[in-house]
Formats: sequence, C-alpha cells, structure tokens
Amino acid sequence: MAESAALYLRLVRAQIRAQWQYRASFVLQLFGAFALTFVDFLSVLVIFSHLPYLAGWSLGEVAFLYGTSYIAFQFADLTVGQLDGLGDKVQRGDFDLVLIRPRGTLFQLLASDIALRRLGAMAQAGVVLGFAFSLVNVHWTLGRVLVLLTMPITGFLVFAGVWIIGATTTFWTTRSMELVNSVTYGGQFLTSYPMNVYGAWLRRIFIFAVPLAFVNYFPALYVLDKRDPLGAPDFVRFLAPAVAVALLVVASRIWRFGVRHYRSTGS
Amino acid sequence: MAIVEVEDLRKTFSVTRPRTGARGPLALLLRERREVRAVDGVSFRIEPGEMVGYIGPNGAGKSTTIKMLTGILVPSGGLVRVAGLEPSRRRVELARRIGIVFGQRTQLWWDLPLCDSFDLLRYIYKVPAERFRANLAAYVELLELGPLLDTPVRQLSLGQRMRGDLTAALLHDPEVLYLDEPTIGLDVVVKERIRSFLAQLNRERGVTVLLTTHDMDDIERLCSRMIVIDHGRLIYDGSLEAMKDRFGGERVLVIDLEEAAPPVEVPGTRVVKVDGPRQWLRFRRADTTAAEVVAAVAARARLRDLTIEEPEIEDIVRRIYSGAAAPIDTH
Amino acid sequence: MRAESYGARLLTAADRLLYSAVRHGEAQLSRPPSRGVRGFGVPCERARKAIGSEMALYWQVALRGFRRYATYRAATFAGVFTNTIFGFLRAYVMIALYAGRGSIGGFDLRDTLTYTFVTQGMLMVVYIWNWWEIALTIRSGDIVTDFARPLNYQLYWLAQDVGRATYHAIFRGIPPFVIGAVVFSLRLPAHPWTWLFFLLSMYLAVAVSFAFRFMLNLSAFWLFDYRGIGSIAAAVWTFLSGFAVPIALFPGTLQTVARALPFAAFVNTPVEIFLEKQQGWALLGALAYQLGWALALLAAGRLALSAAERKVVVQGG
Repeated sequence: MAESAALYLRLVRAQIRAQWQYRASFVLQLFGAFALTFVDFLSVLVIFSHLPYLAGWSLGEVAFLYGTSYIAFQFADLTVGQLDGLGDKVQRGDFDLVLIRPRGTLFQLLASDIALRRLGAMAQAGVVLGFAFSLVNVHWTLGRVLVLLTMPITGFLVFAGVWIIGATTTFWTTRSMELVNSVTYGGQFLTSYPMNVYGAWLRRIFIFAVPLAFVNYFPALYVLDKRDPLGAPDFVRFLAPAVAVALLVVASRIWRFGVRHYRSTGS
Repeated sequence: MAIVEVEDLRKTFSVTRPRTGARGPLALLLRERREVRAVDGVSFRIEPGEMVGYIGPNGAGKSTTIKMLTGILVPSGGLVRVAGLEPSRRRVELARRIGIVFGQRTQLWWDLPLCDSFDLLRYIYKVPAERFRANLAAYVELLELGPLLDTPVRQLSLGQRMRGDLTAALLHDPEVLYLDEPTIGLDVVVKERIRSFLAQLNRERGVTVLLTTHDMDDIERLCSRMIVIDHGRLIYDGSLEAMKDRFGGERVLVIDLEEAAPPVEVPGTRVVKVDGPRQWLRFRRADTTAAEVVAAVAARARLRDLTIEEPEIEDIVRRIYSGAAAPIDTH
Repeated sequence: MRAESYGARLLTAADRLLYSAVRHGEAQLSRPPSRGVRGFGVPCERARKAIGSEMALYWQVALRGFRRYATYRAATFAGVFTNTIFGFLRAYVMIALYAGRGSIGGFDLRDTLTYTFVTQGMLMVVYIWNWWEIALTIRSGDIVTDFARPLNYQLYWLAQDVGRATYHAIFRGIPPFVIGAVVFSLRLPAHPWTWLFFLLSMYLAVAVSFAFRFMLNLSAFWLFDYRGIGSIAAAVWTFLSGFAVPIALFPGTLQTVARALPFAAFVNTPVEIFLEKQQGWALLGALAYQLGWALALLAAGRLALSAAERKVVVQGG
C-alpha cells in the first residue's frame, strides 16, 4: 500500500516534469480553467441579481454549494478524469499495455495522463467558497467543522466512484463515456445548485441511483443549519461518508468485473 | 522443462453486430451474435533459450495467442503455461518475468527523457537497485543509448525509440521476451543492428524469444524454428530449412536466348513467362535438376545467359497461407 | 484540451471523441481536396455545368462536411443525450428563478425554457468549443500543401463548416428541443416567417462563430499555446454569447455591452429571433448586426490568412 502510494507520487511527479516542459502553455491553460469556471459562477450571480433566494437558498448558500461541488468535482476530475479516455484506449488496444505490467489496472490508469491544469479550476472554487463564507453566517460547532472538512473528501470519493463505474461501461461499448459524462460533468452542474430545485424524478435519480446528492447537498444542510425542503430525516446529513465508501467498494467490484469481461472478449 | 507450454489452446470471440436492417438507436438493441474462432486448438512447446518465429497472415490468430501467453486474454479452452505459471490467473506475477515489445506502440513516457522512463519502470517492476544499474549500463552500452538518455522520447527517431523500448522491456531480466514486429518501419541498418542485438541477447543471456513479424529476414536471421499459424490453426512447426525443403520445391530458370523464340519445351518444366528473348521456366526440385534443364534448353535453342531463381522464403510463406503449397511429397 | 465550462465539459467530452474518430478515420476528408478529384460524382458534373465549377466545388465541400459527421451515429446519439440532460438541469434552475415572478427582462418562464432548449440544440451548430482542425494541420505542417491548392482556403473551410452545421442543426439541434418540448411547455414561433428568419440568423451565427474559430486556429501560426488562448476565449464567449444565461437577464450595463460585442451573434440573436423578441426594423437590425460582424470578422480572418501565407512563403511554415 505504502509502496503503491510512493509509486503513484513518483508517476505524478514525472507527469509534472513532463507538463512543465510546456510551461507557458500550462500556465495559460491553468488560467483558462480558472476563467471558465469563473464564468460558470457569473451565471449564479446573474440569477441572484433578480432575486434574494433561489428555492429558499441565499446567494451565500448557493455559493457554498457551488464551491464545495467544484472542489470535490475538480479533485475527482484531476485524479480519475483521465478515465474518459478509456474508450479510446480499449478501442486502440492500448489497454493491453496496462495488462502487461505487474500492477493493478485501475492504479496504472489513474497514475497516468493527469491533467494538472484542473488545479486552476480548484483555485477558483476556493475563491468562491471564501466568498460564500463572507456572506453566510455559520454557527460553528465541532461537528460542523468536522463535516465541512470531510466534505471535499467524501464529495470527491462519490464523484470518483460514479466516474469509475461509468468508465467501466466502456469495456462493453467503447463510446459510452459520452453518456456517462452527463452524470460526471453534468453532476458538477447539478450539485452546484440545491437539489430541491430539480424535478422529483431527477432528484430521485441523484439521491438513490447516482448518489450525487451526497456530494454536498445533504452535508451542506447540516453545516448551514438548514431544514431540508425535501423533508429527508436528519441522519441522512451524516450519511455521505458511508455512501462514499459503499460506492467505492461497488465501483472497484464493477471495475474488476469489467476488466474480466475485457480479458475474455478482448474487445 | 519447456518454458512455454501451449496445449490445444482455443479462443472464441462472440462478435455482435447490428442486425441487418436495424438503424439508429435500434441498432444498439437489435444485434446478432456470431462465434469467431480466433485460435482453434493450437499446441506447441518452447524450450528455454529458444528463439522462435511466430508468423501468420493478418487475422490468423497470432496476436490472440500472444495475448493469451501474456495474460491479457483468458483462453476459452486448452492450457497455457509460461514459466510454470498460468498467465490468466497470475497476470501480475507473470508480468515481472516476461518482457514485451510492440513495434508500433511505445511503452515509454512520451514527454520525458529516456532515462526517466527507465527509472519509472524500475519502480513499477520493483527491480532491485543493484540489478537495475547493472542491466541499464549493459543495455545502454549494447544499444548505444548513452547520448540519448537525456532526450525526450518524442524527439527520438523510430529506430532510437525501438532501442529504448527494447531496453525498457529487458531491465527486469525477463525470462521470456515477446517481440511484436520489432523491425517494422526501420531502415536496413537499424534493422540489422536490432537483429544482432537480439541474437546476442539470446546467446549470452539465454532469454527465450518469441517473435512475430512480417519481415522474413528477421526470421531467417534469428530464428532456428518457426511456427506458422493460419485461421487459428497451426500449419507448420519446424526449422526454416525443413520448411524450404517441404514447401519451397519450385525454382525458376531464367534464360536469355539469342533471339525471341516460341516457348522452349523441356520435359518437367513449364514456361511461365516470355518477354522477347527472355523466358522463365518453372520446375520442381523433385522432377528434374537445374543441370538437366539447362542442357535440354541448350539443345533446343541458342542460349546467351541464364540465372536460377530460388524461391524467396516470403513466397513460400505466402503460398503456404494461400493453401497453394501442397507439401511436395516424392510419392 | 478538455474545455472546462459546464456545458463544454460534457459536450466536448463527447465531441472530442467524435473528433478523434473523425481525425483518425478520415484524415483526408478533413483536408481540402485538390480540385476535381475523387468524390465528385455525377450530380456534381451536372451541377458544374449549371452553376459553374467554382460554386460546385464549394457545394461539394459543404456536402462532405455534412456527410463526415453522418458517419458517427453513436456519437450523435450520445451527444443528444447529454445535451438534453443538461437542458433539463438548466431548465429546472430557470423554473426556480421564475418562482412567483412573471417576467424578467421581457422574458417569461416559457420564453426562458424555450431559450434553454434552443441553445442546447445550437451548441454544436455554432460549435462554441474545441474546434482545432486547422490548428492541427498547422502543427503537423500539412497546411503548407493545403495552401498550395488552387482554392480559397477560408471559403473552403467556411463551406465545410456550413455543411457540418447543417448536419448538427438537424441531428443535434432538433432532438433536444423536441424532447424538451415533451417535458416542458415550450414556445414555437407564432408567425411562419419567423422560421425563415431564424434559419437565416442561425447560418449567420455559424458564419460569425466560424470567422472567430478560423482566426483562433490561425493563431497557432504565431502562438505555441493556442489552446491556452482558446480555453480563455471559450470562457469569454460561453458567457457573453448568452449561452449560459439569456442576455435579456443580464443586468443593465453588462447587457448593453454584451449586445454590442460579436459573441451575442453566436447564440443570443438567433434564439431571440426564434422567440420573436425582435420584430420589424428591430429584426432587420438584429440580422444586420450579425451580418456586419460576420463580414468584419471574415475580413479580419482574410488578413490573418494572408499574413500566415506570407509567413509560410518566407519561413516555410
């Protein structure tokens, strides 16, 4: 485990070296990522220029959702987003290169093709989160601090689990990642607004099937001390870590199943 | 004990394709299945230190076999053992004991200097520091990679990259080395250098090599034994010489006459082409000898010059593939 | 590059794949054909005699642009799916915005929902993100031979882009709108003529966006980091085109500025015409605004092109 972690860091460092050769490009793309996500937040500001509360949530509260969503998502995109290219790898036969090395398949994929410019988007999310805290008055308790600190991690794990499960489908149909993007990239949009905005059928999907509501919505209810407009029982606010772990266990099972399928069909 | 054992190996793929007539999203649902036998009962054994050419036309089942030998694919039937391990079950363990080079894809890190790739592989394969240093020094010298170590892989020429890939595949001291088209796209000089390196590697380190290639010169230069596969079945396993004898019986005598003449008729030969005063006579080793044919021609026409064309090994192989070459039995 | 805005994030992922398929699969098709080569079938021969070879050539190029994308049905299907899902998400946010409010900036809820689904459909038509075909040929050096061909390079790409846009309008544009209309109450133009004006405006939008993308691609001649610049440009026009939020909802000054800049011509103008927000002289004014920017930007692209050609001649690329 420790040895794998060390190797992971070694491989990430190698990619930083590789990308650092194109320094200027890297810096520009970092800035581009920052700017693009900033533009997303402009939309939030435009909406709030017309009203004080969106579905019962203030600007500061929505900014809180936005910030936590983006940090979790960008972290997931940074570390597992390269799985979007799995379909291409499978189609070109490059996945074979992963199978001939004495390491786990998912490990090798996650340790390669890391796009560090996503850090730009994370920085922007941090700025928005700071903005959120300047607007909302959180009554800090130990519990709230703990939940706040776990949010980026659990949110990241939920996104990562969804991403991995989605990517696994490309072992069957190489083009399916494009559909999966509607719950990964789409999930980022989804979670930057409160869940009670969405229609009931969408909500049910994102609570029970693709549990993105646990990325930030339920924990945020606790941190911001809000009543759930959806009327979910209070303990649901603390379920995020359990959901994240369960999802990862399922994801790793499904991944192994997918690899087994690949190795028996070679498609 | 054989280092590679393959016994009645089979791989069946079920291919699904849209049912005829189905279009659009419907095509995703209405599909029909078809079974394709990519490898259909292949058996062979390779002893440690052998160097074997594994050849066959495209789609013959070569790469499917290699994938089963490396643990990439799980066989549908039969038995595989490499270095005593069942590849599909012990993929990770086996990976440390074999090396693979793909001529058309590099396993090196594109944007990093060559030496960084080697260094990363050292940790991926958990090569002890001492052995890594010794191996690296040895291969860098043998393949003359010294001046290239600090060059990013993307700036290397194809030949330089191939040398880098070979080193990368050997740093962990594999017992078996699979080479997939290692000389494809390389110029003659580089090809020759890689061949002599492989020969030396096999001679001095006793690495077992299984080589797939379309370049028969590779085989001729390196492999004492070749295995030919087509339509998923083994159609030849033996030495190159034996193959020439069995399949390569046809030779061609090219004669230049003083002047254009009607096709010369010599028993046991067939004129396959006439071009002005030049004629091509095909005959089989089993039917007659070159001396007899030349004598017969000289008796019938005024001969100015002649050459004898031996069958190219590539032609023999091509004819084996096309099923044209029935083994020449002297019945 | 994976563009980073929310729509881009998901659309480009799909379209990046489509692109890589296009690039790998038919590298030749993405390049200008030398005049009169293969693929110019019988109808073309007839057309040539009728309209003259010049027009026929670009007509064929446009046809090709259309057909190129028709090959990738699965990608189209996936793209429609993701466009539609995003349409739903955006629509619900807009519904929340309108809770208890009748009209904002002259748009009622129905207008805004219609706006949302029309923009989701237009996304691929104007190809806001990630179009780097020319830049790739500059990087590979192939552009030198492309320049040597006896055709108007800019017009060639414009024709191919119009063909592409037509394909995307039909197969990526209509389905999200239709699905959106099943779930939400959307508005169709009341006046039949509006369809015609919308169509005109849509093609003008394609021309403006093409002119922009053309210059951005040519920047690869001078800038190593054209993609970095591109990602920043994408950020700017995602917002200023009215893609993310209708420009009508922008606060005062920002709205005035956005309406003057060329980006609103990409998305906002055609959609407002679809919603019949512009009538009479205002409608003509809107079309003139698009046409003006199209011509200005195409002319600028022309200048950039001749500078690029000079650079090729002097430095050999």
